Amino acid sequence: MADTTASLPGQTSGAMRLVRKLPPTAMIGALILLFWIFTVLTIQFWPLANPLDMVGRRLQPPSAAHWLGTDALGRDVFSRTMHGAVWSIPIAFLVVACAVAVGSVLGALSGFFGGWTDGIIMRLVDVTVAFPPILLAMAVAAMLGPGLTNASVAMVIVWWPIYARLMRAQVLEVKEREHVEAAIAGGAGPLRVLRVHVLPLCWTPTLINATMDFGQVVLLAASLSFIGLGAKPPSPEWGSMISEGATRFYSWWIAFGPGMAILTVVLATSFLGDGLRDVFDRRSS
Amino acid sequence: MLAYILRRLISIPFLLLGVASVSFLLSQMTKGDPLAALVPERQMSNPEIVNAVKAQWGLDEPMPIRYVRYLGNLLQGDMGTSFSTRRPVALDIAERLPATLELVIAAMIIGTAMGLALGLLSARFRGTVIDSLARIFALLGSSLPVFWSGLILLYVLSVRFSIVPGTGRLPPRVDPPPDVTGFYTVDALLAGNFPLFLQALSHLALPAFVLGWAVTGIITRLVRSSLVEGLSLDYARTARAKGAPERVVLVRHALPNAMIPLLTILGFTFAYLITGAVLTEAIFSWPGIGSYAVRAAASLDYPAIGGVTIVGAVAFLLANLVTDIAYAWANPRIKVH
Repeated sequence: MADTTASLPGQTSGAMRLVRKLPPTAMIGALILLFWIFTVLTIQFWPLANPLDMVGRRLQPPSAAHWLGTDALGRDVFSRTMHGAVWSIPIAFLVVACAVAVGSVLGALSGFFGGWTDGIIMRLVDVTVAFPPILLAMAVAAMLGPGLTNASVAMVIVWWPIYARLMRAQVLEVKEREHVEAAIAGGAGPLRVLRVHVLPLCWTPTLINATMDFGQVVLLAASLSFIGLGAKPPSPEWGSMISEGATRFYSWWIAFGPGMAILTVVLATSFLGDGLRDVFDRRSS
Repeated sequence: MLAYILRRLISIPFLLLGVASVSFLLSQMTKGDPLAALVPERQMSNPEIVNAVKAQWGLDEPMPIRYVRYLGNLLQGDMGTSFSTRRPVALDIAERLPATLELVIAAMIIGTAMGLALGLLSARFRGTVIDSLARIFALLGSSLPVFWSGLILLYVLSVRFSIVPGTGRLPPRVDPPPDVTGFYTVDALLAGNFPLFLQALSHLALPAFVLGWAVTGIITRLVRSSLVEGLSLDYARTARAKGAPERVVLVRHALPNAMIPLLTILGFTFAYLITGAVLTEAIFSWPGIGSYAVRAAASLDYPAIGGVTIVGAVAFLLANLVTDIAYAWANPRIKVH
């Protein structure tokens, strides 16, 4: 996330300036996200039990040896929770990236060319957002067959319209500006105008929204796994761990860790997203 | 305003057609062979049985014909037959709809009440500890996965301290009240059975709270920001100048103006409620559409998934329509564009 923050348009030289302008809550959010990214990158070097191995008696409550106890198969819940990040964080990253890519391209074309292009793309958006997100995701994931890849495809299908609308609105505004008119008068082709003169000025709302959505994607991915449409056991995915915990009410610790992990990610992204919006998007504040 | 509402109404059939087409396309994309769910494995090699099943379920016809037939059936309220219950999906859904509606309405009441209360508290005491606490509580609601908060609260309040009963709509072996509205709480009252009403209410309380908490965050945030904005405007200054205490300025002057933005997000909160309801029902074994959808998705019961998706989309469309109309009515300044 740090790289994304630092390279927001218009701030290329001002990474430090941005950090100083961010409210403290946003900094806390950024630090939490950095922690999870660090975890994903280095987890294999951590002195943790193998998340798939039986390490002791089944269903032990939390203790010094097993910080979050053991699950129904005697696996270390703390180790599984930390390893869960390796599933959830990269997938959320990928889903948001794909949704931004698909949505932004379609939205930009829609806003820039108008007419039929706009009509078709926007009707597609209207129909997609007519479905409640979780039901559409469930339907797509179930139809494609359970599994993490298909669940990710389903989430991209749910999420791209948001970015299409954002980018379209932004392009519509920017393309009326004088420098665009000047470029067209200067003989630049439509795609060059879009790429060089319009798009670079359109990214801010998309990036802020993507930051906030990151947590929501983690949440939806966990929900799909919880239902049984995402990651399959025995993989230590947060949603499927909670679903294992749901069948054993008395062993609350099985679900505790993954739930807290999801909570930290969602809170962190909404703190960071709020902070970024306050800094960049003065209209909304 | 009439033109605006008309325009919205005209768009509805087209959106519904789109929704139905997407559902049909999805049902055609299935990776898993629906035959596998219908024909016992031993008989898969028997062409007679396979063809009979194909004909019975309409799997032997070309896609455009199936599409037209699918739309025709939908118009008559026929959403196919569930692979697992072997009953019409429409019947399954109709039977389970009241349970979901009871949960969602109760959650909406709790969520709005908590959101208004917390928003008022944090606007009145802004910048203090009370403000921070109210906002943290609200934020937790929208950040916690409901299937986790439900699970933890169920453990603490039911297993540990027995403050609330366990899962389901009623205790085991208790007969539901005679069916009038399908809402157990209302039906028990209508039947004059007060103890049964209390039982139904105590079963409803926790899932409705968990689901309501999930929308509290959005509502609190909105109420707080519109109140804080209202308190800085001229009418608030005038009220203060006339000697109204801050409490009166807040409740009598700023609050009514905060209600209009609240209307605009009702449709948005409804999306949260549907998502939350699916997962809350799964945790609390609540026999509604959500748990039906989860079961259908897990067992790849395509007609059932399709049916729930369409019903959900229709409900969502209606909620958004009502929101738009309510907003147009409350705020005549919006124009057709």
